[in-house]
Amino acid sequence: MLCEDVRFREGLHACMNCGVCTGVCPAAEFYDYDPRQIVSVVQTRDDEAIEALLRSETIWFCGECMSCRPRCPRGNTPGYVIQSLRTLSQRLGFFTESRKGRQQLALKRIIGENILRTGYCITPRLVRPELHPEQGPVWQWIYDNDGEIFGRFSPAYMRRGAGALRRMDDDSLDEIRRIFEVSGGSEMFDAIERHSDRKAREMGYDGATQEYMMDVFTDNTDTDE
Amino acid sequence: MNRRNWTDYQKEIADDRYYYARSCIRQNFFPGSERAFLNILHDDLGRDVLDDPLHTSCTGIGYHSDIVPLETIMTVVARQFSLMNDAGYENFISSCITSFGVYTEILSTWEEFPETEERTRENLFKATGREFRKPKSLAHTSDIVFHFRERIAELAQRRLVNVETGEPLRVVEHIGCHYAKIFPKSGIGGSEFPYVLAGMIESWGGECVDYPERRHCCGFGFRNYLVQANRGYSIANSHKKLESMAPYKPDFIVANCPGCAMFLDKWQYAIAEMEGTTYGQGGRGIPVLTYEEMAGLVLGYDPWELGMQMHQVDVEPLLDKMGVAYDPAAKYLGRNGKFIGQPDTAVVNCCDAIYDIKQ
Repeated sequence: MLCEDVRFREGLHACMNCGVCTGVCPAAEFYDYDPRQIVSVVQTRDDEAIEALLRSETIWFCGECMSCRPRCPRGNTPGYVIQSLRTLSQRLGFFTESRKGRQQLALKRIIGENILRTGYCITPRLVRPELHPEQGPVWQWIYDNDGEIFGRFSPAYMRRGAGALRRMDDDSLDEIRRIFEVSGGSEMFDAIERHSDRKAREMGYDGATQEYMMDVFTDNTDTDE
Repeated sequence: MNRRNWTDYQKEIADDRYYYARSCIRQNFFPGSERAFLNILHDDLGRDVLDDPLHTSCTGIGYHSDIVPLETIMTVVARQFSLMNDAGYENFISSCITSFGVYTEILSTWEEFPETEERTRENLFKATGREFRKPKSLAHTSDIVFHFRERIAELAQRRLVNVETGEPLRVVEHIGCHYAKIFPKSGIGGSEFPYVLAGMIESWGGECVDYPERRHCCGFGFRNYLVQANRGYSIANSHKKLESMAPYKPDFIVANCPGCAMFLDKWQYAIAEMEGTTYGQGGRGIPVLTYEEMAGLVLGYDPWELGMQMHQVDVEPLLDKMGVAYDPAAKYLGRNGKFIGQPDTAVVNCCDAIYDIKQ
């Protein structure tokens, strides 16, 4: 199934395990993480070992900065391999078996639903100061006075017309939603919800509730299970 | 390798008639930069650029958070191209590094795996009845500013020079990983010696700072910032860069990517609040600019009209060095000069409140 993903075909030829990818990897500096090992496991084509990866924390550490791509002397892209593993993990429902993997529900609900609602990944009202203390007092001031401040730079703030942060017209939003329906985006969102709901119940929640989502969004205890 | 190698990585940049695709993050955090870019192109350089109200996000943040499948983002991108065709334009420009990486990746994938382009065409038609032609040229908006850098230098009202000492300002340029690390040939200067911002800085009188972690990621890492539990990754990587650049005493940082500009600004605030550490001169943070703001200041735009009051790290120390006249009382005004209060103070901006653990 991995080979059906063009990123997997493009991203992995033959790895000689030199570790350059790990040397430049921002995630490897921060987490107990080694992209070289992931590539090493994947190129064995050992289904059991790959399934273990799909259920693991390991595949969720990468920040997809792609710093590994121009560095690999063999022309591999460990970041692409990770992307294909993550896609498969979600399709098969294995992502719920790790703490980091379970965070996909929060990403789907925060970013994914905002795309379908507004046509943008991020909009100002999404960056709520209580969830983003690192944004500081200037962002709090902007958030509290958004109409005044964004209005200074865009006549279309939350209105129709051209300009920054405009309200998207209904026809364009319909087209985006239909694109998600036709091209597998909605199916992915449904899979994330369905598998998260199952896991949440297993863990004693009343389904994939808001409480479950906030717990996966904030839980940063040691990730090795 | 030497730094002149950037000349090996050049690309054709269209001279006029651009179809503009905006950035989710830039419009949220730097709406003044977006407006400045469009104004500079239109008013100062006399170019035709279309801001089409029908275009959407490319969904790149969703794609790199792995919730938006490749087939879906390809179809969204195809719709953008279709809109560009409808409007009669051929030169697609993106104001976002993530998007620019997405567009380059998709065009390359369609080339490498033609069946994916075929599938995208089917999906787009089925979903919207649309067809599309690929753009004649693709560029990041900073490529366009780079393209016109000498003309901007001719129009300059100010230079990147300390007016007190006459010395060039020392500038840290941060390129953003997805500009050239995914496809080095798509970025001016490639991934080793990207020249897109360095070229502007040199043309406008400044001096680039070389430092060990110059090419390190800002630490966005998509899911590593977007999910609160993972933000330690993000601040740790910004911290690594800031620690590495601080000994070189930069006057400011300029970023290619709106996300990088925001993180390098906001994480300085967080580090100062958490540890009391600041990285700039006089116990303050290092101002972080977008390249549009840098170009705008050079061209004589008012800093508050550029939206520089939306930064967490105060920019006034830099404005004073450059000799920019500004009205401090106008900084925090809303539309039509309405007073709307002002933000609370922060350690990163306030020398008196500093407790520097390094001392």
